[in-house]
Amino acid sequence: MISLFNWLLRVLRAIDWPLLLIVACLSGIGLLVMQSAVGGTDWRFADQSRYFTVALVLMWVIALVPPQWLAKLAPLVYGAGVLLLVAVMFVGDTSKGATRWLDLGFVRLQPSEIMKIALPLLLAWYFQQREGKRNPLDYLIALVLVAVPFVLIVRQPDLGTALLVASAGFFVMYFAGLSFKLLVPVALAAVLGIGLVLTYEDTLCAPQTDWVVLHDYQKGRVCTLLDPTKDPLGKGFHTIQSTIAVGSGGLYGRGYMEGTQAQLDFIPERTTDFIFAVFAEEFGLYGSVALLFLFLLMIVRGLVIAARSETTFCRLAAGSLTLVLFVYVFVNIGMVIGILPVVGVPLPFFSYGGTALLTLAIALGILMSVSAHRSLPSASNARTGLGNP
Amino acid sequence: MFDFKSANERERSRFGLRVWVAGLVVLLAFGLLGWRLWVLQVQQHQGLLQRADSNRTAVVPIPPRRGEILDRNGEVLARNYLSYTLDVVPAQVDSIDKLLADLERVVPLSDRQKRQFERRLRESGSFAPVLLRNDLSDTEAAYFAAQAFRFPGVELKARWVRQYPQGQTAAHVLGYIGRISERDLQDLESSNELGNYRGTDIIGKKGIEKSWEPELHGQTGIESLEVTARGKPVQTLHRIDPTPGHDLVLSLDLRLQRIAEKAFEGQRGALVAIDPNNGEILAFVSQPSFDPNLFVDGIDHESWKQLNESEDKPLITRPVYGTYPIGSTYKPFVALAAMALGKRTPETTIYDPGYYEMGKTRFRNAGSVPYGRVDVHKSLVVSSDTYYYSLAEEITIDALHNYMKPFGFGQKTGIDLVGERSGILPSTDWKKSAFRDPEQQRWYPGETVSVLIGQGYNAFSLMQLAQATAVLANGGTYYRPSLVRAVKPSGSAPEPVGAQVMHTVDLDPNNVAAVRNALVDVTKVGTARRAFASAPYEVAGKTGTIQLFNLKGAKYKRDEVDERLRDHSAFMGYAPAKNPTIALAVLVENAGWGSEVAAPIARKVFDAWLMPETAEVATASASETAQ
Repeated sequence: MISLFNWLLRVLRAIDWPLLLIVACLSGIGLLVMQSAVGGTDWRFADQSRYFTVALVLMWVIALVPPQWLAKLAPLVYGAGVLLLVAVMFVGDTSKGATRWLDLGFVRLQPSEIMKIALPLLLAWYFQQREGKRNPLDYLIALVLVAVPFVLIVRQPDLGTALLVASAGFFVMYFAGLSFKLLVPVALAAVLGIGLVLTYEDTLCAPQTDWVVLHDYQKGRVCTLLDPTKDPLGKGFHTIQSTIAVGSGGLYGRGYMEGTQAQLDFIPERTTDFIFAVFAEEFGLYGSVALLFLFLLMIVRGLVIAARSETTFCRLAAGSLTLVLFVYVFVNIGMVIGILPVVGVPLPFFSYGGTALLTLAIALGILMSVSAHRSLPSASNARTGLGNP
Repeated sequence: MFDFKSANERERSRFGLRVWVAGLVVLLAFGLLGWRLWVLQVQQHQGLLQRADSNRTAVVPIPPRRGEILDRNGEVLARNYLSYTLDVVPAQVDSIDKLLADLERVVPLSDRQKRQFERRLRESGSFAPVLLRNDLSDTEAAYFAAQAFRFPGVELKARWVRQYPQGQTAAHVLGYIGRISERDLQDLESSNELGNYRGTDIIGKKGIEKSWEPELHGQTGIESLEVTARGKPVQTLHRIDPTPGHDLVLSLDLRLQRIAEKAFEGQRGALVAIDPNNGEILAFVSQPSFDPNLFVDGIDHESWKQLNESEDKPLITRPVYGTYPIGSTYKPFVALAAMALGKRTPETTIYDPGYYEMGKTRFRNAGSVPYGRVDVHKSLVVSSDTYYYSLAEEITIDALHNYMKPFGFGQKTGIDLVGERSGILPSTDWKKSAFRDPEQQRWYPGETVSVLIGQGYNAFSLMQLAQATAVLANGGTYYRPSLVRAVKPSGSAPEPVGAQVMHTVDLDPNNVAAVRNALVDVTKVGTARRAFASAPYEVAGKTGTIQLFNLKGAKYKRDEVDERLRDHSAFMGYAPAKNPTIALAVLVENAGWGSEVAAPIARKVFDAWLMPETAEVATASASETAQ
């Protein structure tokens, strides 16, 4: 009896309740919006509900795993991920010109998705190993560890995912203490570069300009962002229709299931990448700002968990995974409202799709695990339970 | 242990700073999103909302039913019938080939229809309906309607099609409709009517159909539909019903028109019959005629070629477009001019030896017949040319011009048809402007001689002669001639158009009486006596034979002259002689003597108008056409 009670207590204590509350709110809203986005046909809604259930269980299970185990697993998972990525190169399934999937017979796997979690864990583990004896060389090694999956994913080609994976790696390096002396000039250069691109948009987007490193369709996406009206029925259609949808929502929104852009099929990809347009059209500025606030709370909670954790691995893993979640939200919404190029980034809790939800669940599970197990190493630190500074 | 702890503490504090910086960046990024949301949802809200609305609403014009055209007794001259068409909206069809293959089992499609459909498909966008087949029979339409669920994107529509049930009868009055051309579009745009023609693909091209287009067309209705991104209608948001075009009641009497046309017996010519008391046109004949139904769906190449290249020129509207010298039918008016200008009185007599000499030139009567002493009365009854030649040295051409102008000679009558020509009422000014050579610009006295007998430079339309006859018949009132008697808005009573007096001609009653009496005797004992023998009513009229071929004194032998150069046969007149109710002018091209061809046609028309009960020919031919 007592052992069962203890076990139950452990299971419940593994949950970070504030984070779960936020996640529950977002999931509920996500399902609600999915219902509206699919309109009359609701098989996708049923699907999505099932994924949510599976994701919740997965999150819970991962929350029970101590972070040390995760740290030990990280190199293995990373190595497996790289192998799978290499395998994709040779035997992967191709669709729409991209080779991203690996058919294992019972499941279709997207190894690049694994890397979104595996890479930050691996780097966090690596920096923990180098605790106290870190030197600039470590960052170079980290860079190589980032570059390997990045290059493999870019070659699929899937620039969006590659950038997300790379950014996850970058966040670990940032939290591990990558010098601001390096970061600030790079950030400034980036801002300047974007400014220049905006200024010289016309020449850059001229058909004869070859962008060397980027594919034509990637060039198209960037150019479309710069001026969607140039190609209103082609590349610009997504952005134009989604901004119309968002804008027509106004302050209060057009009402649940009442958005004409959403209900009459004018928003392309309205159940996946552009589902935020459905939400913003039907719930307006108030709804959108409330949703942004919920996401913000989630990110703040993630950062708090990271800040409170005791080990380097926990801090780096939690911090970087939180920022990856932020990148998802920012890039997706930014693309829907026309300030970022159209890249295939789903909105967590909202976009239809099992893989993305499972990845999300793993990330949240790790956050919860870190949160639940922070008192364990502190026992050896002679700290008293919950009263952390 | 301590070292580890302090290292960890340092690490923690450094990490804390990093978290704060990251948090700040996150906050900034969310601020950026919030700002953009505010821009879209507050600042640009109105514009984007409008765009969302224009995205989802398709405004579909509903073309109005075109007004019908009726004769004065309510007989239908132009009407509309419903025709079923099949339209395809390409955006809603997955495979056009498969659709056609399936559809063919339900509705027959010829290879030609399929080819035309594919051509139209290439020319149009994917959201607009494209015509696949028209004129489906009721059975075909019903058959398709029962299967329509199998063919999303195929629409069965009922469309109004114009029809002229009388065929060739009064074709030139009605004119016809046709597809809106580039030029029509420009005209519509300049008259700001383009919007009212959305969804309409036909417009009046000729005749009443053209000149009364604004009344006939009606007001286009609008239906705004909510549509999906693929163009599929979801619901009707708003509808304004179209207002049908006004029906037109013509002054034309269809029975009279038929009799008049029949009287031409296949000869070329023109006839206009007017009610002299109000200017209403009772019959308006242009022979040969054509079938306006040919033009409704776009005329085929063969028929067009045949009509357009025929020597008989069936497409021209002879009564207003054809201008002729009118010969002796001009004499009554010249007689009035001579008396009004004080050169003659009703009693003045002239000696007619059968010719008139000016200088060394001899101008002969027709057939060189000598009539002896001739006054106004006799000059008209026997149609003496010499009496009128003799005026050549007393009346200037300009004085004649000024006298004739108020009768409407050489002037547009203002009839409600397009394409009227003014013709030529000769004067010295006219000659100066008509010729370039200074020699030719001069007016020669000899030219006045032929003008006085209605030959020479005179070129009048039959419409003008009919108008002048009506002025003579009613004692001097020039009405605007009209074909439309009343306009009947859909669902309400007809509104009469009303007679419109353009001006009055100042006529001396004595002179008029002299001419009128003479014209009555023309039909009793004069040139037209045979045509009007035993008419139970009194007719006033004048025959005319128009020379097209200068015989230079040689004897005219009808059969030896090329057919197109033979004389025109003409007649003008009104009846009853007292209180006339009909005035007419008729000219038959290359038909010979006025008394032999034109006058008998006039007789038939007068009979039909004044004694409708005895004109059994009319009823017979009416029932024939109706069948």
